Amino acid sequence: MNVTDASQTDSRQSPGAIPPPSYRTMVWHHFRKNRLAVAGLWATVALVAVALLAPLLANDRPLVARLDGRWSLPLLAPAAAEANRDWHDLRRPGGFPWQTGFGRGGDFALWPPVPFSPTEYDLLQSLSPPTRIHWFGTDDRGRDVLSRMIHGARISLSVGFVAVGLALMIGICSGALAGYFGGWVDQVISRVIEIILTIPTFFLIIAIIAFLPPSIYNIMAVIGLTGWTGVARFVRAEFLKLKQVDFVMASRALGASHGRIIFLHMLPNAMAPVLVSAVFGIAGAILTESSLSFLGFGVPPPTPSWGDILSQSRDYIEFAWWLTSFPGLAIFLSITAYNLVGEGLRDAMDPKLFQ
Amino acid sequence: MSAYLIKRLLQIIPTLVGITFVTFLIIQLAPGNPALVKLQMAGEGGEMADSAYTRQIIDQTRKLYGLDKPLPIQYLLWVKRVMTFDFGTSYKDHRPVLDKIAERLPITLQINIISIFLVYLIAIPFGIYSATHPESFWDRLLTLGFFFLYSLPSFWVAVLLIMFLGGGDFWDVFPVYGVSSIGAETWPWWAWLPDRLWHLVLPVACLTYGGLAYLSRLARAELLEVIREDYVRTARSKGLSERVVIFKHALRNGLLPIVTLLAFLLPAMFGGSVIIESIFSIPGMGQLGFEAVLSRDYPVIMAITTISALLTLIGLLLSDILYALLDPRIKLE
Repeated sequence: MNVTDASQTDSRQSPGAIPPPSYRTMVWHHFRKNRLAVAGLWATVALVAVALLAPLLANDRPLVARLDGRWSLPLLAPAAAEANRDWHDLRRPGGFPWQTGFGRGGDFALWPPVPFSPTEYDLLQSLSPPTRIHWFGTDDRGRDVLSRMIHGARISLSVGFVAVGLALMIGICSGALAGYFGGWVDQVISRVIEIILTIPTFFLIIAIIAFLPPSIYNIMAVIGLTGWTGVARFVRAEFLKLKQVDFVMASRALGASHGRIIFLHMLPNAMAPVLVSAVFGIAGAILTESSLSFLGFGVPPPTPSWGDILSQSRDYIEFAWWLTSFPGLAIFLSITAYNLVGEGLRDAMDPKLFQ
Repeated sequence: MSAYLIKRLLQIIPTLVGITFVTFLIIQLAPGNPALVKLQMAGEGGEMADSAYTRQIIDQTRKLYGLDKPLPIQYLLWVKRVMTFDFGTSYKDHRPVLDKIAERLPITLQINIISIFLVYLIAIPFGIYSATHPESFWDRLLTLGFFFLYSLPSFWVAVLLIMFLGGGDFWDVFPVYGVSSIGAETWPWWAWLPDRLWHLVLPVACLTYGGLAYLSRLARAELLEVIREDYVRTARSKGLSERVVIFKHALRNGLLPIVTLLAFLLPAMFGGSVIIESIFSIPGMGQLGFEAVLSRDYPVIMAITTISALLTLIGLLLSDILYALLDPRIKLE
């Protein structure tokens, strides 16, 4: 028994038998063992799905309807065909999502799970606590909080992804240049990073946002432009190490251009810490966006965002617990999910695990 | 050592220039210009009718802030004013900006110093416990708890605390407005102090828990790293008691990065103060900054940005020097 085991081990180690698992496989293997991180990953996937499918999940028009014997997809053709058809009259709260019994026999409507649009208001229903119809209650204009939160996920996630994308581009390029060339290039970039570190970022962001016309793109740009220093420092450190490694020396000796060495040879090897800080960066950007909306510097109304609902809740703080709890919980859970994934990735990439 | 110091001090010069440049950009970025903003404010007072008069005000204000000169000259004038700490007067009430800041600073410092003190007081023992009992039940619980605490947005916590503990339909335990009761200035200190502390509980809690969670996780990680080092094993194997090994040998190195972090923390907390002070109506620097942004009070915005950047720069410098002094491994290159 022992003999066969030993021979198997030997054959495995012999060259050409079974290749060792790739770096990616090993990271994934370690990541999967961390149950919390996997839960975080699922939560982020679910959030992205909610954001992408928001119009299908919360809307004031049916997904599919048969009216007067004609089939229609009210969501897809809202402007032309459905303009004079007001679905609000037909909507009977409580009977969702499947509704029959109006018009001629056999007519029906299939509604989204939350049959309210995020901007549709009903002053008679304002500040209603959670009910069977408005699951998460309504705000001071009678808008459905759950619907606003589902559509608000789009704002949070798009700000998170775009701002971090911008920060990654600036951070990777400046960090790579600083680490690769060293000398005065490094000095200049390091000083710029130090300047951004010393300036009170959050205050600078609200000052700039307050001066610019209100727009989600300005928020993305400002968060991205102030948030790249962490990535730059990681990439710089990684490039300083990589510069001394044989394969970089070899490609330089072969006459490869700087651009080719930086982007083709070194960058793929420096991506691990970048990935981790990108994931943490998304959590940070979601937090910054919701803080901005909370302070009233967020996306212009009536676009729904989580921080905006929370900031409304301050006017009714004595009793409107549903306006405070649900959007806050959404912010907390999405930040937690991204932080869990980031932490899981960082631990899974820890070189000590591979020894 | 002195070579390192000189080099580090020289590096400050370009950073200083950069800071003045960024703050200068803020005022250039402003739509219209400060002269127009000031004019709008005057307009709210109802003196807008005469357009010649309007023009005169614009010209006066432009001259006052040097806005009639070419950009490079404007920049040099701004640098000169920063160097002499001349930040002008507030648009809102025409009082010197420095006076306004000096009046607001003590309360922000008070809150942040209490908060930082609590962060270190609580985080380090928890960090030590977690690092010396790795993977134990309490370590897992603490690590997980601090993780969730770290992800909690402080403005949400503040609103929740106000809702559930500050009156309204739920419990009424803590005051949620300002830093003292009305008329408390005339009370004797033994009545004033408890009242002040009672007012500070919620804002300080909101400012503290995030740093606490971050720091104790950091302390655990750093200490765990150190405890695995050879010299700690040596100390153990030569028969020193666990207490001496941990508190005398491991802690000194393990807490080094955490102590030097202190220099970073104080200015960093200013960002948190902006939100927390405006939620709890605390008349500090954060609220001053927030109000200045709302009313486009450029001199105040620029002064606050510049002063906190300078303070952070000093903090950075101190932490680098402290690190170099405490850790001889830092190379002088």
